Amino acid sequence: MAQFDFSIVTTGEFRGWLVSGFLLSLRLTCITWILSLPIATAIALCRLSSVAMLRGAGAVFVEGIRNIPLLVHLLFWYFAMPELLPETARTWLYDHGAESICAVIALTFYTSSYMAEDIRSGIRAVPATQLEAARALGFGYLASMRRVVLPQAVRIVVPPLISQTLNLWKNTSITTVIGTAELMYQAQRVETASFRGVETFGVTTLAYLSVSLVITALALWFHHRFPVRAT
Amino acid sequence: MIDLLKTYGLYFLVGQFPQGPLGGLALTILLGLAALLLALPLGILLALARLSRRRLLRWPVTAVIYVVRGTPLLMVIFWAYFFLPVLTGQKTGQVTTMLAALVLFNGAYLAEVVRAGIQGIPRGQTEAARSLGLGYALTLRRIVLPQALRNMLPSLVNQFVTTLKETSLGYIIGLQEVAFIASQVNSQVLVHPVAVYGTLALTFFALCFGLSRVAYALEKRLARRPLELPVLLS
Amino acid sequence: MIEFHDVNKFYGKYHALVGITETIERGEVVVICGPSGSGKSTLIRTINRLEEIDSGRILVEGRDIHAPEIDLDRFRSGIGFVFQQFNLFPHLTVLDNCTLAPIHLRGLSPAEARERALAVLDRVGVADKASVFPATLSGGQQQRVAIARALVMEPPLMLFDEPTSSLDPEMVGEVLLVIRNLAHQGMTLVCVTHEMGFAREVADRVLFMDRGAILERGSPQEFFDHPQQARTRKFLADIRSPFGRE
Repeated sequence: MAQFDFSIVTTGEFRGWLVSGFLLSLRLTCITWILSLPIATAIALCRLSSVAMLRGAGAVFVEGIRNIPLLVHLLFWYFAMPELLPETARTWLYDHGAESICAVIALTFYTSSYMAEDIRSGIRAVPATQLEAARALGFGYLASMRRVVLPQAVRIVVPPLISQTLNLWKNTSITTVIGTAELMYQAQRVETASFRGVETFGVTTLAYLSVSLVITALALWFHHRFPVRAT
Repeated sequence: MIDLLKTYGLYFLVGQFPQGPLGGLALTILLGLAALLLALPLGILLALARLSRRRLLRWPVTAVIYVVRGTPLLMVIFWAYFFLPVLTGQKTGQVTTMLAALVLFNGAYLAEVVRAGIQGIPRGQTEAARSLGLGYALTLRRIVLPQALRNMLPSLVNQFVTTLKETSLGYIIGLQEVAFIASQVNSQVLVHPVAVYGTLALTFFALCFGLSRVAYALEKRLARRPLELPVLLS
Repeated sequence: MIEFHDVNKFYGKYHALVGITETIERGEVVVICGPSGSGKSTLIRTINRLEEIDSGRILVEGRDIHAPEIDLDRFRSGIGFVFQQFNLFPHLTVLDNCTLAPIHLRGLSPAEARERALAVLDRVGVADKASVFPATLSGGQQQRVAIARALVMEPPLMLFDEPTSSLDPEMVGEVLLVIRNLAHQGMTLVCVTHEMGFAREVADRVLFMDRGAILERGSPQEFFDHPQQARTRKFLADIRSPFGRE
């Protein structure tokens, strides 16, 4: 059995590659998250709206995106979408890091469709009787939503959203397929250059796990601090 | 577009078969099915370990499940790719690698689904079975699991949809599943990427959306008549 | 047949069973009654160890049921237990509900088990429902199937935990009839119930429990006509009058 030498990946050039990949993965996650949340909320509200067209549009968005694998989204946005752009836009795209831009676009659409469903379920999970009771006490619609419904909805919505954040973090690894230089891409690069599979992938796995465990711990803390109480 | 389908349609559906190994959509579906069918028994075993009273069994399994669920599937695939040959002593094919990774990954997810399913069976069922003298294993095998699995059917179908989508990651290790085939077609045709990748997207949509409708229908049927499902199935 | 020696049970700080000492003879029919929360269900569930105890001893047919060498499954197969919620297995037919245990535990062939089960189902009056699923039966029918399921194992002892409390009033009678027939056949029965008419007619002895302890015991006549304790008298008065004391 060959000796394992972790210093190959924890010092020097290879370490630099892995760290830059890790940082890009984090950046992709954060940017996607910030973009996805408002989009997801808008889609959720569309699906809960009384206007049939809005409901339909929301449903098409969610079902259309969720049933297609993230890998296919990435391939489409990177290989197919630029062909639809005018020449100048396409050149601009390729000059400014098309890989990362397309990665964020694909990730945002994908993540927001899942988040939209969680937000919609959360709002629906608050019994209609809560709103009725608030109105019966004399609160207006907005005040009822603000004081009674939304606080309860937030409590229900946060755990699945944290779960989606975990998925997002893991999904950034798939962007390697279009050449985005995030952690998984760099890990492959290091492995090819160093022939050190165990060390490279061991460290990379730990890197992914470190953030995963932080997110999971956050979920457990939230569940402990803000449990969903039965009415 | 029609020409595209005529020229490459068969390649898209079955890959190089019969001149080569099976690929394309057929491989995607078969691989997904095989992965789920193998992941289920693993998931059941892991769930039982999670529910066991013996800490020596419970803690390591819980730790493994958390680690697998915190790792990207692509990472698991790479681990399988590099270390299955070392474990088995021979060169491992892409299908085997992908299958192993999918079974492990989905097994860990299914463990939680099965655990919830088992815990959802009313305690009275276990009490009645144990009161008759049926042992732990028999109670599980004949009373708890049959009911839990029936209740879990919609979740299992949804997990199948997820597994089908996960097979697309085989692209990255060169597995000839449907996304890889689409890319091969695209690199030959070059001028119609929207048509090629659009077709790929639509294929997945049709498959996954259809299956999720089946899951939805199953869920509604189970909710309406939970105890009469055996009648419906017999 | 059953002996309780200073049995105590706690749920955290709550003293659920307080120093229970009692003997139930072979062939006796004992009814346990009392207000809600008095521990009567808990007590009957300790006999087949659905509940564990914290101190004291319980002996069934002379053997300490908490001894480490006891095969718990084997022990339980010799006791029939009927639940308030019936707890029939919904994914099995009525017949399969009844043959499952004999086939796996007594080594009967499916044909033998079937024959025996049908005979017992006939005794309780639901033989014609053998091949249907429990969900299609009424509450009274389901409970009778539950009794049959326990009887097929030919246990010397049957325990009933409020067998009619979940039934609509018009179905209570058919179940009590079955239990009465078992009593007349000389089985040892312990029954937790609120059905006082049944207790009067069928029981050899009545035990009254309150707050975890056995407060009073006696024959039905002694119990119903000459209750000793004030608490017992209050209980009897409460259940006789639907509106309680004015």
